[in-house]
Amino acid sequence: MTAIVIAHPVPTRRSGMKQAWLTYRVILLRTAVIALSVLMLELASRMGWIDSVSFIPPSKMVLSAWDILIAGTYKTDIFLTLSAAGLAVILAVVFGFLFGVLLFKLPRVRRVLDPLLLSYYAVPVFVLYPLLIVLLGLNRWPLVALGFLFAVVAMAVNTLNGLERVPNVLLRTARMLHMGRVREVWLITLPASLPFVFTGIKLSIVYSFIAVIGGEFVLSGAGFGYQIAYAYNNFDNPTMYGLMMLLLVFVGTLNLLLHTAEQRLYQRRVLKEIA
Amino acid sequence: MTSQTKLQSKMQAAASAPRWGDAVLLIVAILGLWALASWFFGVTNLPDPIRTFRQIWIEISDPEFGDHLAETSKAFGTALCISLIGGTFIGVLLGSRRLAGDVFEPLLIALYSIPKISLYPIVLLMFGLGISAKIAFGAIHGIIPMVIFTMTAVRNIRPVYMRSIRTHRLTAWQGAAYILIPAAVPEIVAGLRIGFSLTLLGTLLGEMFASQRGIGHLLMRAIDRNESPTIMALAVMLFLFATSVSLGLLQWDRYLRRSA
Repeated sequence: MTAIVIAHPVPTRRSGMKQAWLTYRVILLRTAVIALSVLMLELASRMGWIDSVSFIPPSKMVLSAWDILIAGTYKTDIFLTLSAAGLAVILAVVFGFLFGVLLFKLPRVRRVLDPLLLSYYAVPVFVLYPLLIVLLGLNRWPLVALGFLFAVVAMAVNTLNGLERVPNVLLRTARMLHMGRVREVWLITLPASLPFVFTGIKLSIVYSFIAVIGGEFVLSGAGFGYQIAYAYNNFDNPTMYGLMMLLLVFVGTLNLLLHTAEQRLYQRRVLKEIA
Repeated sequence: MTSQTKLQSKMQAAASAPRWGDAVLLIVAILGLWALASWFFGVTNLPDPIRTFRQIWIEISDPEFGDHLAETSKAFGTALCISLIGGTFIGVLLGSRRLAGDVFEPLLIALYSIPKISLYPIVLLMFGLGISAKIAFGAIHGIIPMVIFTMTAVRNIRPVYMRSIRTHRLTAWQGAAYILIPAAVPEIVAGLRIGFSLTLLGTLLGEMFASQRGIGHLLMRAIDRNESPTIMALAVMLFLFATSVSLGLLQWDRYLRRSA
């Protein structure tokens, strides 16, 4: 590898434009792809190439989303969805973490449960939603339970993965310093496995939102997913697209933030391992 | 080095060898917990295992059931085929063109993690009510993991394979068919495992909303009629199907990795 670099030294001085192009090429192209597809959709809808009642132009979607945000009509629904998903995330993270620690401490149990953990996400957990409604009633609790069920195993598996990668030398240090169980977890295990635990938290958030919004969409009486389904059923396409737009922007921003934080954690860990 | 590989092969053998004792233990534990939960919530709300298996028999012998199952199988099978073929094709394309891969990868990952169910109305508007909307929705769910896995596999392919494509002066199609895809098969199978479950989820979700036929529709009808044994029976059937296929694909995946 180094030989190639020496044989063809990269010219260090380039014109500013070219250098900038090479650095930001990927990002620029990506933006161009997105902008072009939005523009095509706008054009196709405005020119009537596609049915402009079913597929409203993106500019109208944004306008509708802005109106919804300003009017505050769906404030309660947004709050309900956020609270259900938030509760599911908290429960999934806490219990998933404990479950992961338990599996790590009890290898025998883990060996028995392994096929279940591996095939858990093959099962469409959504089919349990009707059952949860029968058990808990048609209110917010089935949604919380569904989000929890969808997220908890991802959290547990990632916690387990993180714990397995705690360097042995750190555990020996803990023993040498006569740390108690709690202090060992708090001061050694948790910081050392943090990137993996964070991946678990990220997945819990993503999965909880998917489950809660999906559940609301299929069957519920309130919430963001319900309002999208309601607008669809009433042929209220501008509202429907506006709500979708808001949802996508929100979830997209959330994912981006989580992804950035995750990358930073992993990079720090890699740097530490090299040092 | 040798001791490490030996250890690895031993670990792999241990991981892949069927441990029937553990499997029986797991099944007994699940049935036990289920019975306990059923006793706790009341048999009418959460039917116990015996009642559920009796109900499965009743459902299967219902003459209507065959039609619903055929509808779901058709939608799911078509969606899975589209995911597999389309996912492999796009994955190879994006994997072999580095720039295109760099441009599209974050978009794919973003698409992977949004709640796609909220976009189902758009699919319905595009394809109308009926089986094509379900197929499209299933394929949307399944194709993304297939693309991501295939793309990563083709990107990380051993350089000697790429060189052999060039030395043999293969066309892009030949290179993909004879070198890239065969080399990426283990990853494609791993992607298929995830794609399979997501396609099933997508198809069922499509049937649960605005549909008149299929297993998902049966589930929603059972809620309306408040028939918890039917819900439980259908859920257990789906669980058994999904779990067995998933474990089968996992075994295949492990076999391919070992022989690779």
